[in-house]
Amino acid sequence: MAKRAAPEVNAGSMADIAFLLLIFFLVTTTIEKDKGLLRSLPPIDDSVVEPPIIKQKNLFTVQIGRDGRLLVEDNIMEMKDLRQAAIDFLDNGGGTNAAGESCTYCKGKRLSDSSDHPDKAIISMKHDRETPYEQYMDVQNELVAAYNILREREAERLYRKYYPNVDKVFTAMLEEKEKNQFSKDEVLNERIDAVKKLIPMKLSEAEPDKN
Amino acid sequence: MSKFRNKEKGDLPAISTASLPDIVFMLLFFFMVATVMRDSSLMIENNLPSADQVEKLKKDRTVFIYGGKPSEQYKQFETEPRIQFNDAFIGVSDVGPSVRQAIYELNEDLQSKVVIGLKVDKDTNAGLVSDIKQELRKENALKVMYIANTKTEN
Repeated sequence: MAKRAAPEVNAGSMADIAFLLLIFFLVTTTIEKDKGLLRSLPPIDDSVVEPPIIKQKNLFTVQIGRDGRLLVEDNIMEMKDLRQAAIDFLDNGGGTNAAGESCTYCKGKRLSDSSDHPDKAIISMKHDRETPYEQYMDVQNELVAAYNILREREAERLYRKYYPNVDKVFTAMLEEKEKNQFSKDEVLNERIDAVKKLIPMKLSEAEPDKN
Repeated sequence: MSKFRNKEKGDLPAISTASLPDIVFMLLFFFMVATVMRDSSLMIENNLPSADQVEKLKKDRTVFIYGGKPSEQYKQFETEPRIQFNDAFIGVSDVGPSVRQAIYELNEDLQSKVVIGLKVDKDTNAGLVSDIKQELRKENALKVMYIANTKTEN
């Protein structure tokens, strides 16, 4: 038998096969876009240390009832007013912090019956077991928004000169940190911590009553 | 002159499709890489609440816990909101061991940075969530992310 050249494989159907696979992966792809509110839970503390006494004026209580209505500082409030109320409370600056410094950057009304200093101001939220999760998330969102707005304002005041072209300074700083997560930028971290220290997030959650 | 004119008479040559497989393969590889196959099918209704102060989730260090009412085909077992972990309904007391197991399976240097992603239906009682949070506190998994849809700020 004479030696024959191997016939060439027809590659014409290659595109069809590839298309088939492509369509399969197109259909099954869900590009993940999970986002959410990041919060830290308090660790369980078994020690019997007497909890420090917190002055009533430094405490901003938010209660969510089982029908989803809000009770803020023992008054009924609409969800849309909560953010501003929380900002007013945190930003009041009526007194001094633990070190005896008064809040120089606060722009609040400096009322004597509201918070002394953002350092001391604590927001406490409590909900019923029957409260819908949606309402609970709305409240969390509004309170986190209050902190974010104040931090944004302080970042604007302190670090605007380094970020002249961005819309929101604090967001830009956090994004930059995220981008450089493998090469730590000490200066940037210090600045972020400085803003967080001016407006510390003190948001406590009480356990719902067991009844 | 006639030398050049000759060519114009012919029909347009067919466009070569030889590079089509290459293009398609390129797209194919993109989608293959970007695809995340769902590893657990949801047995509960899961309409997430919405929020506008959201942060991005780091997928590599997250353990998901789902919560909500059982979906249509699982209605016969239970109609009250349940907790789902991976592929099964679990009780509140099982949250701790399950989470511990999941953290143990994570990459070692990420174990201390673990974030618990709570995907809870918006019609669930907040009581279920606080039960889960109690269990997480006992496990010392203190970073929690309430997963939400992004609401555009108005």
